[in-house]
Amino acid sequence: MKKFAMGNEILAQAAFDAGAKIMFGYPITPTTEVLSTWIKLAEKSGRKYLQTEDEMAAGFGVCGAVLAGVPAFTATAGPGTILMQDPLVMAEALRLPFVVFIGQRGGPSTGQVVYSQQEVNLAIYGGNNEGLRIVYSSSGLQDLYTYGIKAFNVAWKYRFPTILLYDGYQGKMKGVVEIPDKKLKEVKTEPILTKNMRNTYNLEEELAEEVLKAKDEFEKNSKELIEYEEFQTEKAEVLIFAHGIVSSAVKEAVKSLRKKKIPIGLFRPITLSPFPIKKAALVLQKAKQIIVFESSLGQFSRIIKEKIYWVNIPLVEVFKPGVGFTPEEIEKTVLSLLT
Amino acid sequence: MENPRFPKCFKISSKPHKFCPGCGYGIILKNLGWVIDELEIQKEIILLTDIGCNLLSWDFFDFPTAQTHHGRTVSTAVGFKMANPQKTVVCLIGDGGGYAIGLQNLIHACLRNSPITVILVNNTNYGMTGGQFAPTTVDKQITDSTPFGKDPKILGKTFKGPELLKGIAWEKAYIARGSTLKPEILKNYFKIALESQKRGDFSFVEVISACPLNWETDAKETLERLEKLEEFFSQGELK
Repeated sequence: MKKFAMGNEILAQAAFDAGAKIMFGYPITPTTEVLSTWIKLAEKSGRKYLQTEDEMAAGFGVCGAVLAGVPAFTATAGPGTILMQDPLVMAEALRLPFVVFIGQRGGPSTGQVVYSQQEVNLAIYGGNNEGLRIVYSSSGLQDLYTYGIKAFNVAWKYRFPTILLYDGYQGKMKGVVEIPDKKLKEVKTEPILTKNMRNTYNLEEELAEEVLKAKDEFEKNSKELIEYEEFQTEKAEVLIFAHGIVSSAVKEAVKSLRKKKIPIGLFRPITLSPFPIKKAALVLQKAKQIIVFESSLGQFSRIIKEKIYWVNIPLVEVFKPGVGFTPEEIEKTVLSLLT
Repeated sequence: MENPRFPKCFKISSKPHKFCPGCGYGIILKNLGWVIDELEIQKEIILLTDIGCNLLSWDFFDFPTAQTHHGRTVSTAVGFKMANPQKTVVCLIGDGGGYAIGLQNLIHACLRNSPITVILVNNTNYGMTGGQFAPTTVDKQITDSTPFGKDPKILGKTFKGPELLKGIAWEKAYIARGSTLKPEILKNYFKIALESQKRGDFSFVEVISACPLNWETDAKETLERLEKLEEFFSQGELK
């Protein structure tokens, strides 16, 4: 069934269809309609919601609900993503199936409320821990629905906090998405707080053991978790790396450049964490040039450079902090770089 | 010698407990334990602790417990209770967690009449970090961060939580302040608080407790200070 809706409305619908039972939220642009849409959906169906006094209360509300074995979520952005680190860190330590939709907006500080890709660092590495979080980056409205649902399923299956990164453009954009006619199978859950759960350690070694165990499980499951999209990568000598909505603009540019016989392709990691390292290395085998486009000063590019550090191919970075890209300017930039 | 009689809900393997000698937590947790036994709610209760000395009780009881972050226990409890209203949800927090870093969460839980029970231990300082000033520190009190005595002109009046919450609590919510000097009375407050939660209302018990290690008091001085504190922080049921 096709549905015409706003990105934030689609996210609320995705959470609903996944079987989420409670949303804890604190209004913040550009994500607020996730909360207001959820409230209407919940009212009609006996599910629950709470507008909390701050983002920490929202995040810890999620922690409390999932400890009780009930799927819950929140949505936030910008300064709220900073406050959300407190509960995210607890969720990472206690392996709680914490789900948060993060609608990136331009920093620093309160910045602007429209758009950015500047919350990649916060999403993956924002805590006083090791970044054992599953992070999806959505590139459009259909993705919001697909990965909005998936976030709950992987969070409860693998027990790592799961973040869906999007942005103000996707959140506020209206368009058509395909949603299933039939009711989906709800996320499988179980009570988590059934014994004395430990979240405090006496010795460095005790904690290190726990962290290493979690890291091991994260890596073991990475194969199943990793998702990516390749576009025109076959025989691509120029490979563009982009994520999120920037990758959608890149796709249009690639289509146009291919018509001009330029051997160019796009590699888009859908999971920024865990990162599709092997696949990225594989598509790079024939590449002679890498170009990274992103709406931040290198938060995404830094991950690429770290993950494929051994690849000896020239890399050009095109950064616009908190500003979007049109396909036309991407095409123009690529052409100027290649001449 | 006869073994000491413990509440049934105690986890014996975690005893002796981890609190300092002379600390009030032993009395508080023991009386909470008796009440849980009396009300026969061991199978339906969960305890959430904060950051601070209270977290040393993470494995004190033989029922599910979890420790959260500083000031965030009340929010976690609100979430848990919404998700599973059948459970009796108790928060054990300190005066820093409740009245400083987590005050807004406490206030809003009270405003909403969230059906949880909050036990807040007031020992007039931050115990775990080595005895610094807390919102509950009294005037002229020497602490690690008020070495020349607490000056209200700099740090403000001494915070009185139950009096604040009384003004915003719902009609049937329960607010009380007891002390480890009078365990029988305290135990009764815990009981009423848990029953209040059962009825669907917010309940809050502040407990005046001792921190001899950071107060640097011997047994006699500790008791004397507790008596003085009982006068300053008026005892009884406020609501």
